[in-house]
Amino acid sequence: MQKAVPRLQELAVATVRSLAVPLIAVLLALVIGGIIIVLDGSNPLLAYEALFRGAFGSERAFGRTLEKMTPLIFSGLSVAFGFRAGLFNIGAQGQLILGAIAAAWVGYAVTGVPPILHAALALLAAAIVGGLWGAIPGALRAYTGAHEVITTIMLNYVAINITDWLSDGLMKDMSGGGVVARTPKILPSAEVGSLLGIPVGVILAVVIAAFVWWLVWRTTYGFEIRTVGLNPSAAKYAGMKVARTIVTTMILAGVLAGFGGGVETLGVVGRYQPGFNIGLGFDGITVALLGKNHPIGVIPAALIIGAMKAGSSQMQFDAKVAKEITDVIQALLLFFVAADVIIRSLIRMRVRPGEKVTLSTGWGR
Amino acid sequence: MTEAAIPKTAARPALSRQTTVWIVVGVVVGGAILASYATNAVITTSVMASALRQSVPIVLGALCGLFCERSGVINIGIEGMMLMSAFTAFLTSVTIGRATGDANTALAAAVIVGLLTGALLGLTHAFMSVTLKVDQIIGGTVINIIAMGLTGYFYQANMTTLGKFQPIALPLLSDIPLLGPVLFTNPPITFAALILVAVAHYVLYFTPWGLRTRAAGEHPRAADTVGIHVNMMRYANVMIGGMLAGLAGAFLPLEAVGSFERNMTNGRGFIALAVMIFGKWTPFGALGGALLFGLASAMQTQLQFFGLGDVIPHQFVGMLPYVLTIVVLSGFVGRSRPPAAEGKVYTKE
Repeated sequence: MQKAVPRLQELAVATVRSLAVPLIAVLLALVIGGIIIVLDGSNPLLAYEALFRGAFGSERAFGRTLEKMTPLIFSGLSVAFGFRAGLFNIGAQGQLILGAIAAAWVGYAVTGVPPILHAALALLAAAIVGGLWGAIPGALRAYTGAHEVITTIMLNYVAINITDWLSDGLMKDMSGGGVVARTPKILPSAEVGSLLGIPVGVILAVVIAAFVWWLVWRTTYGFEIRTVGLNPSAAKYAGMKVARTIVTTMILAGVLAGFGGGVETLGVVGRYQPGFNIGLGFDGITVALLGKNHPIGVIPAALIIGAMKAGSSQMQFDAKVAKEITDVIQALLLFFVAADVIIRSLIRMRVRPGEKVTLSTGWGR
Repeated sequence: MTEAAIPKTAARPALSRQTTVWIVVGVVVGGAILASYATNAVITTSVMASALRQSVPIVLGALCGLFCERSGVINIGIEGMMLMSAFTAFLTSVTIGRATGDANTALAAAVIVGLLTGALLGLTHAFMSVTLKVDQIIGGTVINIIAMGLTGYFYQANMTTLGKFQPIALPLLSDIPLLGPVLFTNPPITFAALILVAVAHYVLYFTPWGLRTRAAGEHPRAADTVGIHVNMMRYANVMIGGMLAGLAGAFLPLEAVGSFERNMTNGRGFIALAVMIFGKWTPFGALGGALLFGLASAMQTQLQFFGLGDVIPHQFVGMLPYVLTIVVLSGFVGRSRPPAAEGKVYTKE
């Protein structure tokens, strides 16, 4: 019993340490966002109150928050997972929308499959397509040295063009005369609903986050990923296949993002429509960094960003502050998390070894 | 006899292989242009002119990347710097235009504000990567996301300007067939971009400033030993780069489109980075790469013009520059050598 106390204390200190920077970052971002709101001629307190009410004020509001945070958990996991191997997956966006359209296709085109199986098939398709899209920058990085930051962004544009083309051509919904470029609605058997009032999507997201944690910290493969991320030369020297690890990491990152797109289609949107998923992949970067690239940390980070998205309409309605201020707050948040030196110097906390990711290794191999 | 056995000094050809390749490429491209000009002078001229205009923001963006990276700082935030400058330049041209009623005053003020915005963002990036030692790729991404957020929040759709920059025909030179209308009849930012390529080349290779910059990017420790302020050089060059990105951004609303659109940079900042790598971190290489992209974009418009839009969906034509970027990047990145110390924080001992 005597030993338990210091251990608890240690745990508490560790928790405070890991929470301090993200929490202060959120606070600073809100304060500066508030200043912008004041300069724009509105009342920030009113705005934030409405924002909070729109996100947590009622059961419906909270449901909306859960709905918004679900794809963010997936894209956040995708980015965070890549970071562990020293890879910056800005391509979560493209992987996500391709996954979303793949799930939509299985959801409306495949018929005669029993309910749960149909949804599972659609999600599988989303994961596979996302994974394949992630494999391209992975292979390019591993075998040609083309930096994934540029290739994934370029592939995002390509993915947007592909999905635009599909939803305005081969997969276009012609039922209402085909005015809007979008796919038909998915069949009820492919829908991802709720369990005891909680959307199944968010449950899946949390379970998969736990799985990713296990994969990264409890398996040999995860050890390889982290070694490659911390020191590729050391990993190579230790006999690890660095190129293969890079490719598989990008595939899995793509699978996570694609799966998120699938969940979004089957659980929220009900079809693929261009423009509906824009930004979710980029938000994944903020979520991952706010969650300190930890699979479990991604969940509360997604909750914060998701709540901002869920409450922004209420804020626009009640306080007459443009919705887009949440994008500004998010950007500030990202700045303070990335430039954590500022916060660390405020509270006099030093960086411990292994707490930082290094990505700037240049353009070559 | 194996290749390794030949001493390097012996039997050196009059021209290096690379030079020969470039001469062949030049002759082929030049011949193709002349042949096409002989068949249809009007279309050839308009395609070439359009190629040059499309390449302006890309070459300026690439020069931005060049100054940053030659001094040792990776700048992935070119896109955001361009977008933000495009926005502030547009806002300025709207407000000054309203206040003075004079289009030229408004445009001139807008360019200055665009440059200042770029410099400010460059300062931000330098502050993050040099002083705060934030990972440079994350720092650049922060700039991109901040630019998207701020421009999205402050943008209102109902703003109009008094106009955009008009082409200026240089006397005599503009009368030369093909070259005249393509090279010597252009709006000011296009002229500036071409001049800046030459200036950048001169500054980087023929001035003490350029030598110090390259030293800071290649071997900061050695540079420090001979008394160069490595981090000062980095600050200054990233700010210069920011101004170039600012000019690239200002080009879009002031010279190309005449208005602002959300995310109007459309990945040009990233294409510029790929072009910089393709051009082996040299200004004229960057110009060549940018012209290649400009030509691809110009052909894209032409394809749609000739009714090929029905055969090839426009989305596929639209993804061409992005696919080309990936191909260029994967084909060239291993073959060209980046500045040795880029991306690495320099701390005095």
